[in-house]
Amino acid sequence: MIEVKDLHKSFGDAHILKGITTSFEKGKTNLIIGQSGSGKTVFLKCLLGLFPYEQGTISYNGKIFQNLSEDEKRDIRAEIGMVFQGSALFDSMTIAENVMFPLRMFTKLSKSEMEDRVNFVLKRVNLIDAHNKMPSEASGGMQKRVAIARAIVNNPKYLFCDEPNSGLDPKTAIVIDNLIQEITDEYQMTTVINSHDMNSVMEIGEKIVFLKDGYKAWEGSNKTIFKTDNEAVTDFVYSSELFKKVRKMYLEENQ
Amino acid sequence: MRYLQDIGTYFLMIKEIFRKPTKWSVMKGLILKDIDDLIIGSLGIVAFISFFVGGVVTIQTALNIDNPLIPDYLVGFATRQSVILEFAPTLISIIMAGKMGSFITSSIGTMRVTEQIDALEVMGINSLNYLVFPKFIALILYPFVISISMFLGILGGLAACAYGHYTSVEGYLQGLQEDFDPFHVTYAFIKTLLFAFILASVPSFHGYYMKGGALEVGKASTTAFVWTSVMIIIVNYILTQLLLSS
Repeated sequence: MIEVKDLHKSFGDAHILKGITTSFEKGKTNLIIGQSGSGKTVFLKCLLGLFPYEQGTISYNGKIFQNLSEDEKRDIRAEIGMVFQGSALFDSMTIAENVMFPLRMFTKLSKSEMEDRVNFVLKRVNLIDAHNKMPSEASGGMQKRVAIARAIVNNPKYLFCDEPNSGLDPKTAIVIDNLIQEITDEYQMTTVINSHDMNSVMEIGEKIVFLKDGYKAWEGSNKTIFKTDNEAVTDFVYSSELFKKVRKMYLEENQ
Repeated sequence: MRYLQDIGTYFLMIKEIFRKPTKWSVMKGLILKDIDDLIIGSLGIVAFISFFVGGVVTIQTALNIDNPLIPDYLVGFATRQSVILEFAPTLISIIMAGKMGSFITSSIGTMRVTEQIDALEVMGINSLNYLVFPKFIALILYPFVISISMFLGILGGLAACAYGHYTSVEGYLQGLQEDFDPFHVTYAFIKTLLFAFILASVPSFHGYYMKGGALEVGKASTTAFVWTSVMIIIVNYILTQLLLSS
């Protein structure tokens, strides 16, 4: 479980995060949503320890990250898997080498044990024949699946995804969403996804945190988001006619 | 003020490179790859430039000395001194600031832009050690490149004598041995090692701390070349003053 209390982050005079308090539970897909510029990516990078913050605390299973020694921080980071928006695959390595990388860095497994594990996770993300391809030879959807495979190869406790569906067609986006949800459930990870894809919100948002102008404007789930009368959320989530109709139908059916 | 901040960040980067080392089994591969990219990959251009510039130095010296009182061997002597003292260590290093430097800056800069460095950091890897330390180790072999440059520069001069008949081969060979001070070679290699440090660190700094997109990667490479060259020239001046002026 990850708990965030009163988190503030600024860049110079720009106050980006303004006192965010929330928590992300184990075994659930937690979504952070909001308009571009609302502070989602900064929030995610603060959670990952990539950005220092001025005020507040972030704790992983009760351990306040900022108070930990470098070695303890490293131990927590070894339990984190991250899927970046652009996949961030190492372009000098093949797909199999990319997936094997965390194993080579953090485990003492033999080469054959590592290869077995790589084969297992690549099979899990439906990429069996892609071992020797370079990232540049893979499609956007394949790259995202490789990034997921690399993120989960070390059995992490925490999985972070920054816009995992950006640049993907709707069908592939659904495949990626389902994959993340299945993996979260299967390995009982704490998954935090940064997204503004409304399909993801409706499909896998077991917990949703809505950010607006650096504040937490609302939190709930894909069930409660239909019923909320929070104007900021409804303006953002139901901005398209299609989603307005979906919401209307849901509310009529559940009256 | 920004320059002072950059200098501070540069020295903090140097400190960070040697902290929290990467697993040796992984580091070994990275070092070999950087030796291939930076050292082996530079040999061709260094050999080509050195041979022909050595030849040109010999031709220029021979053509500009037409006083019959000046001995024949002076052409070989002048070529040896020019190549060992300045051309091989300094000029080749400035050329390498363009070749190696832009390669280092653009490869690290592209990793920054595409979040590959963030990916390393999230995994708990010291990205500076992972990316820059192997370059430092690879460039310990840089004096080997400069030795080849010295040898081929002098050989180029010999070829110019043999085929251009600007001076006799015997005279050239005598000039190479005339008044030879071994400390000049030591001086050249001391310079080379310091230039190797600059060649690894300054372009890495510009690549690692760059912000922006593809355009900024190009700008960072240019800036890295300029600052690496400036550093080499300044260090060259200081070292020459310190080591040869007494």
